[in-house]
Amino acid sequence: MNYLEHIGKYFMMLGQVFKRPQKGKIFRDSLARELDDLGNKSLGISAFIAFFVGGVVAIQTALNVDSAWIPKYLIGFATKRSIILEFAPTFVSIILAGKVGSFITSSIGTMRVTEQIDALEVMGINSLNYLVLPKVITTVFFYPFIVSIAIFLGIFGGWLAGELTGLFSTVDYIDGIQLEFKPFFYFYAMIKTMVFAFVIATVPAYHGYYVKGGSLEVGRSSTRAVVWTSVVIIVLNYFLTQMLLG
Amino acid sequence: MIEVKDIHKSFGDAHVLKGISATFEAGKTSLIIGQSGSGKTVFIKSLLGLHTPEEGDICYDGKNYRNMSIDERRDLRKEIGMVFQGSALFDSSTVEENVMFPLKMFTNQSKTEMLERVNFVLNRVDLVDANKKYPAELSGGMQKRVAIARAIVMNPKYLFCDEPNSGLDPRTAILIDNLIQEITDEYNIITVINTHDMNSVMEIGEKIIFLQHGIKEWEGTNNDIFRTDNKAVTDFVYSSNLFKKVRQAYLMDDDK
Repeated sequence: MNYLEHIGKYFMMLGQVFKRPQKGKIFRDSLARELDDLGNKSLGISAFIAFFVGGVVAIQTALNVDSAWIPKYLIGFATKRSIILEFAPTFVSIILAGKVGSFITSSIGTMRVTEQIDALEVMGINSLNYLVLPKVITTVFFYPFIVSIAIFLGIFGGWLAGELTGLFSTVDYIDGIQLEFKPFFYFYAMIKTMVFAFVIATVPAYHGYYVKGGSLEVGRSSTRAVVWTSVVIIVLNYFLTQMLLG
Repeated sequence: MIEVKDIHKSFGDAHVLKGISATFEAGKTSLIIGQSGSGKTVFIKSLLGLHTPEEGDICYDGKNYRNMSIDERRDLRKEIGMVFQGSALFDSSTVEENVMFPLKMFTNQSKTEMLERVNFVLNRVDLVDANKKYPAELSGGMQKRVAIARAIVMNPKYLFCDEPNSGLDPRTAILIDNLIQEITDEYNIITVINTHDMNSVMEIGEKIIFLQHGIKEWEGTNNDIFRTDNKAVTDFVYSSNLFKKVRQAYLMDDDK
């Protein structure tokens, strides 16, 4: 199958996903389950990575701007900008593409190869709507929250790294993060996060839903899903940056 | 009644179903038999609408499936129960949740009413004290019973079973066969079973359709199958010495 066919099939899949759920209560139950699986369980790893990467970004910046001509508050400023504009929305989304993407593909793929999806269809249930819509809604509306926490922890990690290494002072760092704060940058990060969250839910769902074969193919499909989700995020990141900041 | 008229189905270059016609009546257990790769599963999945034949029609009580809207198809499927080869139970749900799922999805019954119905069908398939167990904690036979319970919980008009006996010991296989036939008689369901199991053919085959290379090679009852001279059928059904002897004994009895 060529790429155009895959793209066409992906958008046809979305047509089935975005239909009115057949039963409100079942949809709410699924939403609660996905919130736990895809949302709560992703918080820990995102927070952990954000905290340490924030520290690394601050240390790297401090070491690379070690000049008498460059004011120290630029370390805080650069750390804040890198974390809000790129690290938190893009890097965290790539991490979630790996963690959540493989989970979505393998869970839906296993349902496909064990005929559980056929069972849903035979019962008269729109399986795409039932399985994928709660995932899309959870990721699109919950991941901005995860990324907001990642922004906070990244900046906090940068400050703590300065405190522990003595490369810059708290006053300089706080001056830097307060310098030229533009609320639009935060909204820019949230817009990107929501677009990436949509990709994280739908591209792996596509790979899982249309898998053919057995457990080995489900494994291969999970790997393919993570690769394609990451590629799509990186490409969209380029276009979104150009459109929103360019 | 389900009427199948001259259906053709291909996958790429492989022409799997080559013009099959058949009818399936209420209160009758119909069996589709044939070698692996003869098109049995594709045939049954075409009846269910999981595959779309390129040619031919499938009519449910006179209504052509091809002409139904997506909503009409979904409504029809609410009247269909299906027992899959691997049971296809939702593995992260308990037995009770599995059986209750269609009720939750399509009825407005209270929790108590749903539980009552679930317990009734689980009792009907002789499965007690398993409500809170997960499919992985059950034997193959018990999983099949749960799948049957889930298939009949909505009082279906049509029941389809894809190799319901595969992987089961002979005793459990007979129990499952008898259960399906009892349910078919009791609720006047149209039952179509896809099987390899010759015991099922002999025991419950009120109507048997033999497929070979995607063509309907033969049709008859379990009594006719003893007398048929069709070489393809006899080669398939009486390939084991045991069944050859059973046939000889049957024909000798018949002559007397």
